[in-house]
Amino acid sequence: MLELFRQFALELKASGINLTILYDAFDFERFVSGLATTCALVVLCTFFSILIGAAGATVLGLSRGPAAMLVCAYVALIRNTPLLVQMYFFYFAVGSLMPVGQNAIGLPVPMIGNFTWAVIALSLYAGAFNVETFRSGIGAVHGSYEEAALALGYSRFKAFRYVVAPLGLRFSFASLANNLVDLTKATTVAYAIGVAELLYVSNQIWSDSLNTFEMMNVMLAIYLLLTGIVVWIIGRAQRAMRLPGFGVN
Amino acid sequence: MRTEIEGRDLVSLKGVHKAFGSFEVLRGVELGVAKGEVAAIIGPSGSGKSTILRTINGLTPVDHGVIQLGDITVTDPKVDKVALRHRVGMVFQQYNLFPHKTVLENVAMAPIQVLKEPRKDVEERARNLLAGMRLTEKALAYPGELSGGQQQRVAIARALCMQPEVILFDEVTAALDPEMVKEVLSAVRKVAEDGMTCILVTHEMRFAREAANRVFFTDKGVIVEQGEPKAFFANPQDPRTKEFLDKVL
Ligand SMILES: Nc1ncnc2c1ncn2[C@@H]1O[C@H](COP(=O)(O)OP(=O)(O)OP(=O)(O)O)[C@@H](O)[C@H]1O
Ligand SMILES: [Mg+2]
Repeated sequence: MLELFRQFALELKASGINLTILYDAFDFERFVSGLATTCALVVLCTFFSILIGAAGATVLGLSRGPAAMLVCAYVALIRNTPLLVQMYFFYFAVGSLMPVGQNAIGLPVPMIGNFTWAVIALSLYAGAFNVETFRSGIGAVHGSYEEAALALGYSRFKAFRYVVAPLGLRFSFASLANNLVDLTKATTVAYAIGVAELLYVSNQIWSDSLNTFEMMNVMLAIYLLLTGIVVWIIGRAQRAMRLPGFGVN
Repeated sequence: MRTEIEGRDLVSLKGVHKAFGSFEVLRGVELGVAKGEVAAIIGPSGSGKSTILRTINGLTPVDHGVIQLGDITVTDPKVDKVALRHRVGMVFQQYNLFPHKTVLENVAMAPIQVLKEPRKDVEERARNLLAGMRLTEKALAYPGELSGGQQQRVAIARALCMQPEVILFDEVTAALDPEMVKEVLSAVRKVAEDGMTCILVTHEMRFAREAANRVFFTDKGVIVEQGEPKAFFANPQDPRTKEFLDKVL
């Protein structure tokens, strides 16, 4: 099977399409590890950004105090500054303040590596948009549902937890899909701080093998596939949570 | 009969005032309902009927006055909301069932989550109540899959499942098609005949006359007149009551 692939790739090369990643073991390995890094970024940042979004929207849904103001400030800051600048800020500015360890031969190594910084920056970035998404989903839940819960003895927190938030989540899916597609594409920005994700390794490959055109097409196809998977998964979740007989979804 | 239980009302409102901004909705409401009584509140739109009900279970805080429910002082700022809402159920005009929960869950969730009663007992009780509402086969359906009349009967079962002492009904048939009004009114009537103390706001004068022990007429935030239904409808005393009854009968 693999041999067939190799054969096919070599034939392609003969006809002028040089996909080194299909027949060259070194390029193949680089490529796969870059793809794995990108997938890891997407999965981790999706997870943390949804947590951040849910936590932020909960604070906004339940309080008007300083905690809510803090969340608003965070959202405003992230939404109104470029992601690349945020990434640099975390890696170079915050990173330089972090404690430094030593490796086996006594050289300094940062305790928090560039991959971790990328996860932090991207999670905070997508998290801010998710806060807005969940907040507006919750805002779309009619007050009468909370009232019915309060009349049944639920506290405001419990009413939020069991009634308002589950309903608000269902109003959030379309916008959440947008944010997560955006996040998937935004993982390429991790390139800027040297994370060996898909764009980074592809750049290495086309620099070595001079097959820029081919690699560009491969990348476009891969990101299309990744965003497609993200949208599909969210669609599944949305269908699983649809409200039978209710106008929404 | 009325006079001998005076002063021992289960629910009593004394001098209740409530303003929204500068608009005085309740201007000294006096109202008493004894245990087991069925009280109907009628009156023009905007006269404060819903607001009266909502002050009784503490959904709307009052500005002045005292509301007593058995030994609970509703107007005490430190009132135990869970205890209060355990004892007063409410059924809304728009049913307000939770669309993401099945009928059975809607009925059973509050006693389980709020009162911490064992699930098994609560679900058995919920099934019995649904059977009483002739909804046995709908237990696993979602609210959106039911007719308005069926939803309202589920809402009544939900209120009953908390085993309250009083149930407040706020125009529970106003959102229904005429053919469903009857089924819901007979459900309310059954609740009343089983000895539940009921306070109901209604536009159904015939129902008020037939099902209530006592009728209260509100106008512009005060109770203008009250009496036993026969006398009240046959021979209203206050000119405002006369005018209203002339319009609606
Ligand atoms: N939360 C609120 N904020 C401001 N005004 C309110 C609020 N709730 C009620 N009102 C006003 O108080 C008045 C009385 O309202 P309420 O709902 O008690 O009337 P009602 O007698 O139940 O009328 P209807 O028969 O139309 O239901 C209305 O004029 C209404 O606009
Ligand atoms: Mg009303």
